[in-house]
Amino acid sequence: MSVNAEQVRHVAKLARIAMSDAEVEAMVPEFNNILGWVEQLAEVDTDGVEPLTAVIANDLRLRDDVVNDGDCRDAVLKNAPDAQHGFFAVPKVIE
Amino acid sequence: MSELTSKTIAELRDGIGGGDFSAREVAEAYNAAVAAGRPLNAYTVETPDLALAAADAADEARAAGALKPLSGVPLGIKDLFATEGVDTTAGSNILKGFKPPYESTVSGKLKAAGAGMLGKLNMDEFAMGSSNETSAYGPVISPWKRSDGGNAALTPGGSSGGSAAAVAAGLAAGVTGTDTGGSIRQPAAFTGICGIKPTYGRCSRWGIVAFASSLDQAGPMARTVRDCAILLEVMAGFDPKDATSLDVPVPRWEAGLSSGLKGKRVGIPTEYRIDGVPAEIDALWEQGVEWLRDAGAEPVKISLPHTAHALPTYYIIAPAEASSNLARYDGVRYGLRKEGVKSLDDMYAATRAAGFGAEVKRRIMIGTYVLSAGFYEAYFTKAQKVRTLIKRDFAEAFKECDIILTPTAPSAAFGLGEKMSDPLAMYLNDVFAVPASLAGLPAMSVPGGLDGQGVPLGLHLIGRELDEQGVLNAALAIEERAGFTARPEKWW
Repeated sequence: MSVNAEQVRHVAKLARIAMSDAEVEAMVPEFNNILGWVEQLAEVDTDGVEPLTAVIANDLRLRDDVVNDGDCRDAVLKNAPDAQHGFFAVPKVIE
Repeated sequence: MSELTSKTIAELRDGIGGGDFSAREVAEAYNAAVAAGRPLNAYTVETPDLALAAADAADEARAAGALKPLSGVPLGIKDLFATEGVDTTAGSNILKGFKPPYESTVSGKLKAAGAGMLGKLNMDEFAMGSSNETSAYGPVISPWKRSDGGNAALTPGGSSGGSAAAVAAGLAAGVTGTDTGGSIRQPAAFTGICGIKPTYGRCSRWGIVAFASSLDQAGPMARTVRDCAILLEVMAGFDPKDATSLDVPVPRWEAGLSSGLKGKRVGIPTEYRIDGVPAEIDALWEQGVEWLRDAGAEPVKISLPHTAHALPTYYIIAPAEASSNLARYDGVRYGLRKEGVKSLDDMYAATRAAGFGAEVKRRIMIGTYVLSAGFYEAYFTKAQKVRTLIKRDFAEAFKECDIILTPTAPSAAFGLGEKMSDPLAMYLNDVFAVPASLAGLPAMSVPGGLDGQGVPLGLHLIGRELDEQGVLNAALAIEERAGFTARPEKWW
């Protein structure tokens, strides 16, 4: 499989990374080089092989269903580029 | 290097405990070394006051007879670890100015054990790189130079390049690193120091900026195998805040150190003999086999049939996980925000365009693509199936051997700029390190010698799950026989 500029633009949109036309054009061959290289996995016979889900066997732990964190609003907001009235502030989304 | 900054962690611990010198003197010597070492660009933030405060606490503890395991040991912390109130940026512009209101579990354990923090260490942006050149702070420069009379600046390796350079240059007694696909072991090899990546789940990932969560592991880097054992004992341990943390006891690795390998079988994987590796590295590998034989081990040939597919598997899985993990950098909660755009969506895209460097964007893009509708099965699921086979290869091999020996990297440290134009050539540098990462196994690099140009080469040991002791012991056997005492000549 190989990608063209339109597909790279689509992936950039999905990834929320703004890209100029020149950046998209520059990325097309890089992208295809890497994809061409990873596609050698197609030659590995994986019939009947389960995809790996846990690299080291481990039980999924459950904790008690009680509040054990929180009450730290100011600490949470401290690094926000824009915090107002105890909330994260973002550009207006509804006119 | 002053006398104090050339001591091992074990010597510092014993010297402070025995009253040969004070922790204050040690911290002052290291603070001076860090300041003098700025031309290496190893530190992104210096915290001399924190180092001094921990030293004073250590000296008081000594007076009170209450020394802790690392009282008065000055450490550097990789910039990937959240450190309370101290800039934590993962080497990225998108996190410039981020001061965590909390401390990562691993760095917190080190501090609770009495260690002092000298500062934060430079690294490849979000740990994505093998040369430290993707850092927003510019590359770390290795303290090592080739002996060819030229003055080429060499890479310390990556992503834990600042960590490796700091230890090699005497700017820290020990450091934290993280390893996703070789980021502790390759820089350790490039700079002539030791570094161990423990079994996945040994060290808590809580508070470590996430790159690829199924692969990321913290580990120590230091001058000796013993120092690595000392640090790892403090760093490891169950943490309920990390869902993949292993709830198993932490062995006393330092007390368990023993370089007698009688009865141990050391596996030599046929598939790790690849084209294009310098003869010197193959020769060192042979020498390593002999050293382990001399320690009592029996070498056996083993096969890891899917080795050649490990790197492409890694370069699907790691970018996929990264694309998901790095979705959080949206200009809303922390870090950079690009202002002056109209919509929320434009703000996300502009912020990420401005905040991420080229390699990080490349990996997010690849990861987004292999996870996208229509391609998920062909790339991501396929890679996870091959990962199962790679893990199975090791399980089979460990029926025939107890430890595996390979070179750490396919080359010695290369010059800055030599590989930056070709991402694939850069990725190939982790060819020997990545399989153990994909299988979650403990693995370590230990210095083996210098190449013809006077630059360090490392040997790589891979152990069974949870057998850090076996890895450390084999590394110790090599360390004792290699007699690696070379140090970079101070030019900074």
